[in-house]
Amino acid sequence: MIDPVTLAVIQAGLQQVCDEMDLTFSRGAFSPVIAEADDRSDGIYDAADGSLIAQGSKGLPIFVGVMQFSTATLIRRIRDGVTAPPAPGDIYIVNDPYLGGTHLMDVRFAMPVWRGGEIFCWLSNTGHWPDTGGAVPGGFSASAISSEQEGLRLPPVKLFKAGELDPEIWQIICSNIRVSEQRIGDVKAQASALLVGAERLGALLDRYGDAEVREAIAMMRDLAARQMQAMIALIPDGSYRASAIVDSDGVVNEPLTIALQVTKADDTLRFDFTGSSAPCMGPMNSVRATTLSSVYLAMRHIFPDVAISAGAFEPLVVTGIEGTFLDAAYPRPVSGCAAEVSQRIAEAVFAALVQALPDRVTAAPAGTSGNFGLGGSDPETGQTYVMYQISGGGYGGWTGGDGIANGCSTIGISKAPPVEIMEQKYPVLYRRYALREGSGGAGQHRGGFGLDYEIELLRGEARASFVMDHGRVGPQGVLGGGDGAVNRVEVHRNGTVIVPEHLSKAQDITLAPGDRVRVRTPGGGGYGNPTARDPALVTEDVRLGRYSEADARQLWPGHFAKE
Amino acid sequence: MAGLIAGVDVGGTFTDLVVFDPVEGRVELAKVPTTLPNQTPGVLNAFEAAGTDLSAIDLIVHGTTTTTNAVLERRLARTGLITTEGFRDVLELGRRTRPQAYGMHGTFVPVIPRDLRLEVPERMDARGRVLTPLDETAVAAAVRQLLAAGCESLVIHFLHAYANPAHEIRAVEIATRLWPNSHVTAGHALLSESREYERGVTAALNAAVQPLLERYVTRLADQLAERGYRQELLVMNGNGGMVSARSVSREAVKTVMSGPASGVMAAVATGRRAGIGNLLTYDMGGTSTDVAMIRNGVAPVSNEIEVEYAMPIHVPMVDVRTVGAGGGSIARVDQGGMLRVGPESAGSTPGPICYGRGGTQVTISDANLILGRLPANRFGKASDAARAAIAEQIGAPLGLGPEAAAEAVLRLANTHMAGAIRMVSISMGADPRDFALFAFGGAGPLHAVALARELAVPRVLIPARPGITNALGCVVADLRHDFVRTLNRPLDTVDISAVHDILSEQEAEGRRLVEAEQIALTGLRAEFSADMQFVGQTHLLRVPLPSARPTRDEMQALFEQAYHARFRVDLPTMRANLVNLNCSVIGARPELDLSILIDPAGRRDRAEPESTRPVWFNGWRDTPVYWRDHLPLDLHLSGPAIIEQMDTTIVVDPGCTIRSDTDGNLIVEVGHD
Repeated sequence: MIDPVTLAVIQAGLQQVCDEMDLTFSRGAFSPVIAEADDRSDGIYDAADGSLIAQGSKGLPIFVGVMQFSTATLIRRIRDGVTAPPAPGDIYIVNDPYLGGTHLMDVRFAMPVWRGGEIFCWLSNTGHWPDTGGAVPGGFSASAISSEQEGLRLPPVKLFKAGELDPEIWQIICSNIRVSEQRIGDVKAQASALLVGAERLGALLDRYGDAEVREAIAMMRDLAARQMQAMIALIPDGSYRASAIVDSDGVVNEPLTIALQVTKADDTLRFDFTGSSAPCMGPMNSVRATTLSSVYLAMRHIFPDVAISAGAFEPLVVTGIEGTFLDAAYPRPVSGCAAEVSQRIAEAVFAALVQALPDRVTAAPAGTSGNFGLGGSDPETGQTYVMYQISGGGYGGWTGGDGIANGCSTIGISKAPPVEIMEQKYPVLYRRYALREGSGGAGQHRGGFGLDYEIELLRGEARASFVMDHGRVGPQGVLGGGDGAVNRVEVHRNGTVIVPEHLSKAQDITLAPGDRVRVRTPGGGGYGNPTARDPALVTEDVRLGRYSEADARQLWPGHFAKE
Repeated sequence: MAGLIAGVDVGGTFTDLVVFDPVEGRVELAKVPTTLPNQTPGVLNAFEAAGTDLSAIDLIVHGTTTTTNAVLERRLARTGLITTEGFRDVLELGRRTRPQAYGMHGTFVPVIPRDLRLEVPERMDARGRVLTPLDETAVAAAVRQLLAAGCESLVIHFLHAYANPAHEIRAVEIATRLWPNSHVTAGHALLSESREYERGVTAALNAAVQPLLERYVTRLADQLAERGYRQELLVMNGNGGMVSARSVSREAVKTVMSGPASGVMAAVATGRRAGIGNLLTYDMGGTSTDVAMIRNGVAPVSNEIEVEYAMPIHVPMVDVRTVGAGGGSIARVDQGGMLRVGPESAGSTPGPICYGRGGTQVTISDANLILGRLPANRFGKASDAARAAIAEQIGAPLGLGPEAAAEAVLRLANTHMAGAIRMVSISMGADPRDFALFAFGGAGPLHAVALARELAVPRVLIPARPGITNALGCVVADLRHDFVRTLNRPLDTVDISAVHDILSEQEAEGRRLVEAEQIALTGLRAEFSADMQFVGQTHLLRVPLPSARPTRDEMQALFEQAYHARFRVDLPTMRANLVNLNCSVIGARPELDLSILIDPAGRRDRAEPESTRPVWFNGWRDTPVYWRDHLPLDLHLSGPAIIEQMDTTIVVDPGCTIRSDTDGNLIVEVGHD
């Protein structure tokens, strides 16, 4: 039996291998989305079943646990003879959402770590490529109705053979994606992260011995499960219901429902999604791997101390997703799963568990990535461009205070681009970039404020697309708190205001110079009964113009009645 | 100049003083408690403790945490903002972040509250062309409104002012006529770089700490003068250089990270004399550890330091990274039964159990104590409490005796710290094995050798006075001014003569500023660099330039070389983008003889242990304990050994050898047990 000290040291060592892979990937990557926004993740996976051993702490939250599904599929396909078995130096590439993935833009690499001719474990990483082909640049087609419209889909194939990039597969990829000449930088970075990981892991194995590390991994799994069980023990036995609404699928203008019942019994927490909507026509479907990881990431937001590993997920049982839009199959389009549906799933988990853990869980955050894409050609430079404005929104109130303003999406950690940089790069002018007054949901602790921005097109024609959410209902208030304000998109043209039919989603709205797009992002949900709010805070919010007095009177009537 | 030179540094707990007498070849040292919030009495006490005659001092260089504390504790002057219409909330919205990756909560308080952020009509585009002229009447009205609201400082921050500062300059003119003091900061003046949030916060913090710093240095200079000091008082900046007290508050925000920068400058000077150009500095304190990477004798400078969550200060500062582990980091066994160390810390209050100030959770310091690595007699009864707590909180759940449990805590702590240091070096594009570890601070030398082993770093350098390194940094630092200008254009479209003009202007301005200080210099030099990237990228790479007149081809080639060196990737088909041009003008000061930091008269002919005590290295070992000041310069010892001195304890593990260089630095060659 391995001693507890060596165990802890090996765990820290495995964690560092992953952190080093994350860093190598980001520093070497070419695309800003990976290099700057850290839209990537790296981990170590079990040789037999692909289950997660350790994952980098700086990975994008949406990727919590997700690569264990693609690695498991790969191992199974190799065993079944569907995919060619690996030789030393081989690296597989895969982005098929239905084989344990997210959306097509998240491209995974996987490589075995060899010890004495045997596979000791797998290393895998995911990077968000700026484009993988399909109907629209960037892959977020709000009106796609099949997978083929979303881009090139790769089953697991060897991109590197015996350490060398396979030029034939690479050429097929390059012929099917946009701005392909820039991708080689990302591919090299993604592969070198795995190679660095293999080298560091090899050093760790040399130092402690393969058998001892293997034993440590088994114990770590067991201890992580026990730690998660200890957290679950904080939840009173019982069932907690909640739901969350996706505005529409982008094609059929009807809401999609996530129905959730969380049941705590013994050492397990069961997440039953029975009653959720059927698979949808448009791209707001989720796939099994993404749905499970959305639950895991929500739990990690609630219990940040629990190590990310397969053991920690064992006590979390997800059921009832078969036949719903949370477990869609080919050829259902899925581009919205990682950015938007995942955040609604997390919102449902928060809304259920805040009832059980009011001191640990917040009211609903804005929960949308706020993706606004603008594509066109700038007559001043003659260059075509695709601009992405992502934005934050208000966070939910919580036991310790009000929600923060303009927080990052639940599933991300990346910063929004500065206005000055956007105006340098694209023919747009921001008329406003402001706190969205009045948007935080009322409560003892109010929600944080969303963002209110307005962009004017200066030159040339352009097409605007939106993939956002919470346009129909605002982020949920909890324990008596009110909902945050809904997301609002407006296109201002010649004095008329156009609101997209699907409120938060639209594709290819044509803009002419002088047209303006105004976006107001959601405020966070309120926490606790508004009557319990410290009156001085209500007065202060009005004094600072965060709420008009009229709004404040409506939201905190008790406060004004006392005057 | 033949008089005394003094460096005085105010830290969180102690104020340290080092006074060099180059003529007599003597050094006076003092360590006295820091006084808060006014640091002046502590500084004066230090001079008193050292028995220094202030009238005999030619130069005092001062490192202060006045602005650091003001920012971290939010004791800021009431500050108003005048900004572009539509953008007053930029300082509150930030860049859409959250305080931690996991956990959807937290708090954020903007530097300037919303009611003191006013908008005026004006607008530039990204090229610096005027879209909306400045409404001067509105500026004057806003200034009056902020004055009436009781503001002491003012920030004027307009969109794209880095591209064309005309509106900011005009607004400052208007404001200056109405403002009763000199505390008016223009956003472009500190750093002319795009990114409105970062530039705005930098300017706002500058304005908000300016009055405090000015009051403090004025009072200190007056009191030093009263006690006979007749020369200029100089103050350390975060770029590792110093400026005169008269002008320091104009760019007050540059002093915020000056403490860590001084330590790095001391390491640079020590390494230069020791002939070691590549140093990884390791300053372990109570709650955190500062790490910096000196390459070829040059301290790295970054424009992108964040002093805390969402508080960027984008002015050139020595790039010191903070790792969240220190002597006060807490060890525990989690619900799953796994040993953990950190990231929680007992801080300085209540602190480790062995401090006897009410701490009840096991910390790294407690583990060091019960393993004999710290002298038990300094801690009295609290040492028994530490032992009992380790037995109960760590030993019992893991089935280990107290010593094995304490060793486990240190082993895991070192694993974490080594990992964090590796990450810092990799992010800077270097392998730690190519460096020597420069260990300082009170706790650095306790862990340095074990840490070096974990990192496969071959050598550890422990300077003569690890506990007063920051004060030493003050006396060895140079005069320095930094300039940054944003161009942000593809290199092949840049007007190269404009590049030459900008660099020459920066150099001329720097020379003017350095020469205006009445300080003896041995040389004046300018260093040039460009921040570049490939078109389409967002992160920057700093490329040193050989002169102020580089050719376009030269810049392209230097960038490609630097890119390859850092990322091991060649991208021959991509175009380069020139983002910033930088110039640093450095006035070098006369070198000091560091060998007198330990009085040569006190050294003995042979290394004799003062005593022996049991120290745990995989089991108890009788370990000789030496007194640092008695060690001869021709030293050859083997571990295990403990070397104690006034300001720290050095632990040398078995299997390592120790020698001294001519300055009295200890050099540990890290071997295997």
